[in-house]
Amino acid sequence: MTRLDLVIVGAGPAGLRAAVEAATGGLSVMLVDEGREPGGQIYRGSESGAFAGTAKLGSDYAAGAVLAAAFRASGVEALFGATVIQIEREADGSFSVSVATGHDKAVVVRARAVIAATGAQERPFPIDGWTLPGVMTAGAAQTMLKADGVVPDGPVVLAGTGPLLYLLAAQYGALGVAIDTLLDTAGPGNWRRALPHVAGFLTSRYAFKGLGLLGKALAATRIIRGVEAVSAIGDTRLSAVTYRKGATERTIPAHVLLLHHGVVPQINLTWSAGAQHRWNAARLAFEPVRDASGQTDVPGLFIAGDSGGIGGAQAAEAEGALAAFGVLRMLRGTAGDDDRIERQWRRRLAVSLRGRAFLDALYAPRQSHLCPPDEVIVCRCEEVTAGDIRKAVRRGAMGPNQVKAFTRAGMGPCQSRMCGLTTVAIIAEETGLSPGDIGHMRLRAPVKPVTVAQIASLSEADERRPTESPSATRPCK
Amino acid sequence: MFRRLVEPAGHVTVTIDGRPFSVAAGETLSTALLLAGFAGLRRSARLGRERGPFCGMGVCFDCLVTIDGAANRQACLVRVRDGMAVQTGTRLPALADTVPE
Amino acid sequence: MSPAPERSGNDCDVAVIGGGVVGLSLAYGLAKTGLAVTILDEGDIAHRASRGNFGLVWVQGKGLDNPDYARWSLASARAWPFFAAEIEAVTDTALSYEQRGGLMASLTEDDLDTRCNDLRRLHNRGRDCADFERLDAGGMKRLLPAIGPDVVGGTFCPHDGHVNALRLFNALHAAAASLGAIYRPNATVEAIDRLPDGFSITGAAGEIRAGKVVLAAGLGNARLGPMVGIHAPVRPQRGQILVTEKLAHFLDYPLGTIRQTDEGGVMIGDSKEEVGFDNGTRHDVLAGIAAKAIRIFPLLAQAQVVRSWGALRVMTPDGYPIYERSVTHPGAYLVTCHSGVTLAAVHASHVAGMIASGDWLPDLTPFAAGRFADVPSPG
Ligand SMILES: Cc1cc2nc3c(=O)[nH]c(=O)nc-3n(C[C@H](O)[C@H](O)[C@H](O)COP(=O)(O)OP(=O)(O)OC[C@H]3O[C@@H](n4cnc5c(N)ncnc54)[C@H](O)[C@@H]3O)c2cc1C
Ligand SMILES: Cc1cc2nc3c(=O)[nH]c(=O)nc-3n(C[C@H](O)[C@H](O)[C@H](O)COP(=O)(O)OP(=O)(O)OC[C@H]3O[C@@H](n4cnc5c(N)ncnc54)[C@H](O)[C@@H]3O)c2cc1C
Ligand code: FES
Repeated sequence: MTRLDLVIVGAGPAGLRAAVEAATGGLSVMLVDEGREPGGQIYRGSESGAFAGTAKLGSDYAAGAVLAAAFRASGVEALFGATVIQIEREADGSFSVSVATGHDKAVVVRARAVIAATGAQERPFPIDGWTLPGVMTAGAAQTMLKADGVVPDGPVVLAGTGPLLYLLAAQYGALGVAIDTLLDTAGPGNWRRALPHVAGFLTSRYAFKGLGLLGKALAATRIIRGVEAVSAIGDTRLSAVTYRKGATERTIPAHVLLLHHGVVPQINLTWSAGAQHRWNAARLAFEPVRDASGQTDVPGLFIAGDSGGIGGAQAAEAEGALAAFGVLRMLRGTAGDDDRIERQWRRRLAVSLRGRAFLDALYAPRQSHLCPPDEVIVCRCEEVTAGDIRKAVRRGAMGPNQVKAFTRAGMGPCQSRMCGLTTVAIIAEETGLSPGDIGHMRLRAPVKPVTVAQIASLSEADERRPTESPSATRPCK
Repeated sequence: MFRRLVEPAGHVTVTIDGRPFSVAAGETLSTALLLAGFAGLRRSARLGRERGPFCGMGVCFDCLVTIDGAANRQACLVRVRDGMAVQTGTRLPALADTVPE
Repeated sequence: MSPAPERSGNDCDVAVIGGGVVGLSLAYGLAKTGLAVTILDEGDIAHRASRGNFGLVWVQGKGLDNPDYARWSLASARAWPFFAAEIEAVTDTALSYEQRGGLMASLTEDDLDTRCNDLRRLHNRGRDCADFERLDAGGMKRLLPAIGPDVVGGTFCPHDGHVNALRLFNALHAAAASLGAIYRPNATVEAIDRLPDGFSITGAAGEIRAGKVVLAAGLGNARLGPMVGIHAPVRPQRGQILVTEKLAHFLDYPLGTIRQTDEGGVMIGDSKEEVGFDNGTRHDVLAGIAAKAIRIFPLLAQAQVVRSWGALRVMTPDGYPIYERSVTHPGAYLVTCHSGVTLAAVHASHVAGMIASGDWLPDLTPFAAGRFADVPSPG
């Protein structure tokens, strides 16, 4: 069995920077990512994608290649196309990290520390018809653009709220790709709520970038603001989008509908590893509780980047560095011979987080969009509707685990990534409790589906616990 | 529904539901399927409704197809390979079909 | 006649403590006798085996050294078809209950011989003990075409069956509610005190007054029992389960450790671990479970596991149920078992009936808590 100082999960800006700093500090490191190459979400394809080596997707994107090169130069062992399915803390304080590596293979890697840098995912925007082929997320379309240089053809509608929606519109605009309509669903009170945070925003890098963004997107696209409801229409695939604003309801033809509702941390891995998570009311998401270097209440488990709370690529990179210094300090008693570098990263982190609060408030989704009407499917895997969930709550299921047992919401292959937050929002609406008091449904390993053969192969590597006998053929007596 | 903005460096051939298609070498399988005109890739387990790629990043599990005999694989996380055989339209995979010899 | 006024639930004929399968089955049965029932349960996060079990209605191998338990399990399995039909009718929920018999697969001749001898000895003890049949590899293959070459044979018991466990859980809630039972979540009970005409039950939901009280709190019974003078030394025993993606139907019969649900998912389990209240999963234990499943059904190797979990069985020192009525606190009862799905039918009928009437029939005397009087409760 391999035994290392550090396993890093995720090769986005956070994981890559953590790997570079940890390797510089002399640690033995392995980095695992289920993608094909370094980059993560923002820098997807920056090594070999359709726009690698160009500035066509903006200078932020181009920075990815530099970081990827630094990572390649660090000599850190990398496992791409491999998924971490479980992190367990052993009695001696080290970690067993189970990694699905191939079709029917998995390995257990032992390490003294783990940095989870699993990034963000888009917040689900459950609308009527969102399961129809042709309805995708804005992030999915952006990934197709970055990785494959492919864009929508025929009438395309963007709907929702959040910077990424406008970023995508701007990236399309710059490439000459026409978007028919952008339906902005942000709530009317958002500006008022964002205003107190405007000072921070004006001194941030977003201010300049943000305005440029909007300008470009606006020029190329029909933008309808204050949209109160959106639904996707079609039989076996999307044919049209209906939206409502005040008393007006319109249906427009569409081949592609791209939804976006902001991004939220991916917490399945860290939650299942036992780290404490807490509700962030401003960001409407659960986030792990961390100290200044990203360490959780599970000693030796660090979290860096968007999986710890949305901060964007620059913050992610800074957090990756800080987590690496935290691990160095834990294992070596010092974070290297010069803590000036650590202080620099800390300053960069503070600067890059400026303006976030303004954006969070400005792009906050509407309450009515977080809690869709009864007929809308919430759990895409098990096809459970909002009405099913409300009914369960009215019958006494006061939290997501009991709702799950009643309705099967969250039991499919996505393991509640698509329905978890909506389920909590609906329970909150029904009970009047805060999502923080309700909690998320319990997340468990394996955090992604793997074959029975892969699970079986986890034993070959690891015979440490002879006392626990695997299942007998007998059922309960 | 989608089009290519950048001409690919090369092509490979994959079989989709028994028919050969020429696709960009190294392309994401879900992208290749969408470009080939396959919007729905599978049917949902409970209600049998058409589903296609949604999140594009491996978290929604709606892009599931059978790849070289292995059922329910995420097309958005796989790149095409020459000779790859893809089956769409599955609702409940039959296990016997998925056992490699 | 004007409809009965809405009950608040604070005053009831019977309070059932515990909203697992055991408490719900009893609550349903009690409500059916016309009593006003209130169910007091913990909240969302609780040890609730009823959310994590395997869904077998199982007789084979039960009570190998305890014919009373063997008979009791068989009685419930025989009552299950009627129970299932009744719950389905009341709630309009398909429980997907099937009783076509169930199998145990053996990977060695020794294992098969031992099991057959055990089952035969039990069978020979009386007509109310379960039938079974020994199958060789070919016999197994006929019933289970997907079975692998490592399986040397197995046993078949015609009384065994299985049910969609979560739909049962859900339907029992609905069935009890349809008869007026009131369900109180977030109502953890802290104290039970005797009143001249019943009990005062206090806890997170304030005070509830009840004529009778039934302790069906699973692992919570160890703490609650002594409040009514009943020693119920139950302990947790962990089981881990894997469940696959939904697959085309390929298994016609449930096995003791592998079954395909009506929805297509294959459940694979279960381990028996003494790890206290830790309901997590361990990769090495799951690996053992998975490896064994592949030996029994090689085609499972390629099935994808979508979830795994650990859940805690409610285990008594000898592994058999406790049915007890309090001597010191007349009107208080305690019910605990680790096969609450299998026994749901007799709980809803016999046991609920006995609690409602107060007539304790001899069926239950072998399961008195007094048998543990000298057994120190394990850590
Ligand atoms: C779809 C999407 C598109 C985005 N586009 C932009 C953009 O264009 N511009 C921008 O500024 N911000 C964008 N963001 C925000 C983005 O999250 C951050 O800017 C930045 O990528 C965060 O970096 P990170 O290192 O924290 O995580 P990420 O870059 O998200 O990297 C996380 C990595 O972890 C891997 N991973 C996750 N779980 C596992 C596991 N269990 N096993 C193995 N590997 C795993 C993933 O494959 C991924 O590569 C986007 C976010 C999303 C979700
Ligand atoms: C892995 C596994 C597999 C199993 N497979 C099967 C099977 O195939 N067939 C079968 O028949 N059985 C099976 N079982 C057993 C079956 O699930 C249990 O017998 C049954 O769930 C026990 O039911 P219960 O209601 O007694 O306990 P639980 O389901 O644990 O419910 C106890 C309830 O009491 C509540 N409670 C506790 N303390 C208090 C308090 N102080 N105040 C208020 N409420 C309280 C709890 O919150 C909980 O809701 C299995 C169990 C496990 C763990
Ligand atoms: S498109 Fe969501 S998992 Fe592939």
